[in-house]
Amino acid sequence: MSHAEDHEGTRRDFLYYVAGGAGVVATGAAVWPLINQMNPSADVQALSSIRVDVSGVEPGTQLTVKWLGKPVFIRHRTGAEIQEAQEQDAEGVDALPDPLARNFNLSADAPATDANRVMPSPEGEAAGAWIVQMGVCTHLGCVPLGDAGDFGGWFCPCHGSHYDLAGRIRKGPAPENLPVPPAEWTDASTIKLG
Amino acid sequence: MSGIPHDHYEPKTNGEKWLNSRLPIVGLLYDTLMIPTPKNLNWWWIWGIVLAFCLALQIVTGIVLVMHYTPHVDLAFASIEHIMRNVNGGYMLRYLHMNGASLFFVAVYIHIFRGLFYGSYKAPREITWIIGMLIYLCMMGTAFMGYVLPWGQMSFWGATVITGLFGAIPFIGDAIQTWLLGGPAVDNATLNRFFSLHYLLPFVIAALVIVHIWAFHTTGNNNPTGVEVRRGSKAEAEKDTLPFWPYFVIKDLFALAVILVVFWAVVGFMPNYLGHPDNYIEANPLVTPAHIVPEWYFLPFYAILRAFTGEVWVVQFASFITGGIVDAKFFGVLAMFGAILAMALAPWLDTSTVRSGKYRPMFKWWFYLLVIDFFALMWLGAMPAEEPYATFSLIASAYWFAYFFVILPILGVIEKPEAQPETIEEDFNAHYGKADADATPAE
Repeated sequence: MSHAEDHEGTRRDFLYYVAGGAGVVATGAAVWPLINQMNPSADVQALSSIRVDVSGVEPGTQLTVKWLGKPVFIRHRTGAEIQEAQEQDAEGVDALPDPLARNFNLSADAPATDANRVMPSPEGEAAGAWIVQMGVCTHLGCVPLGDAGDFGGWFCPCHGSHYDLAGRIRKGPAPENLPVPPAEWTDASTIKLG
Repeated sequence: MSGIPHDHYEPKTNGEKWLNSRLPIVGLLYDTLMIPTPKNLNWWWIWGIVLAFCLALQIVTGIVLVMHYTPHVDLAFASIEHIMRNVNGGYMLRYLHMNGASLFFVAVYIHIFRGLFYGSYKAPREITWIIGMLIYLCMMGTAFMGYVLPWGQMSFWGATVITGLFGAIPFIGDAIQTWLLGGPAVDNATLNRFFSLHYLLPFVIAALVIVHIWAFHTTGNNNPTGVEVRRGSKAEAEKDTLPFWPYFVIKDLFALAVILVVFWAVVGFMPNYLGHPDNYIEANPLVTPAHIVPEWYFLPFYAILRAFTGEVWVVQFASFITGGIVDAKFFGVLAMFGAILAMALAPWLDTSTVRSGKYRPMFKWWFYLLVIDFFALMWLGAMPAEEPYATFSLIASAYWFAYFFVILPILGVIEKPEAQPETIEEDFNAHYGKADADATPAE
């Protein structure tokens, strides 16, 4: 049996492929833990849900809490602010740079109306009194400033993105509205994030 | 190691012969140090030594700083203050390390632009050029991660903005960003891994530097005329060259001494001039500084990143033809990395057969404009993102790309180069007069 001249489909070729394939799989199996160790650790993942007492947040003020390492804006809007946000609605969502609500609690294609951005109000409060959103500019992740910008909402000082009173991007480099995180009332004065 | 004929190391004593037959390390060092070097090199050729010095300075000061630094979000900022106030001479070590990074980038930019003017990137030195670009990328990564370690406001927010760039990649961006950060935001996991990599990368750079030197010792140095050293015989080569030791080593060390006088003046009298006061405020994830600015050496590319907003037609066009996959944010990221890639591709984009810009009458002016453009971008990167800076940034970014992708290819075709000297010796004699036979060294 001479293998030197006839290499086609010999037993040795088969062994080369098996050995090579096993080597590739073994290398991949060895490298994967080295890559995966950089993903979020168990303690980081464990902090994925928090409860926030909002009883002290007066109308016209905002509470910023840290959730998943990022700020969340919980704003109690005044009647005038609700009205102003809804007036911006009247121009139609298609005129907005981002026509989608970006609300985790709604479907992904919900339009960016004010009603689709706000929290359902607890009993005895006007609709749209509470708005909860991530305080992270959708451009490059800075924290926008409240009560600022050309549209009365938030303004990102890093690269000049203006958000309106419903957290919708109106002007500047940011591509999307401020995302609304998973949020719900657990009682009349407590919001659960996550 | 060199293709230029020259004397090689000959072991003489029995001890040398014993070692050489087992490990020819003395010969390797001898040939590296005695490499024939074009004798007409001007002062723009001293920055390689400055860069080698910077790498050594950063590694040495870095290793001792690590003896006092704590990579934890609760302790990092305090440990830096501990270095500044309590550690013996700690403030000087830290100021040397901080400003050493700036000197490193001053040197690398001059070194790169020297290569761009004298055509050092052209055949047969493409590999040297590409390795150099890899070193530059590693330097940027190292500097960026090092700036995060003090855990000040600029550290934190700079890290947030720059890692946000990876989030702009379509489809897999968020997963990559989370993987890089080790969580949903910049936090302790991020600080720890940046510390690990900040310690690792300088050694990767050191390895790349060896390959960089290996590559240009194989091809021989470029020189201000761009004319190759004659290689017909050792005698012929010696008319064009001098050994690196002692002639160029002494020259380079003199230049380094002059540069270090300026460097020490900065370290001693204005150590925070190139830094940001915001970085002396501890990192706070809930408050963004009013104006996030990267370190000065990132500003030109930061300006390019910011220049391409959704209002620019090129961006709208890219978004349209990719069905919205390439949005303004991703386009900015592509432009920033593309600006560096454009430099790396220079050997293949430049169609001119003449190496040195000295003999290229049209090229010269476009090159000088590129230098001005670089400084303009640096200035614009530090300005707020509003008019008129946004428009200026766009124009300056456009010129950067035009230089590499339009001007370099076209000039090679339409430009009529001036006469080049036949040999390096001829150029040398024209400058310094014909050397007297007795005084000619190495003969």
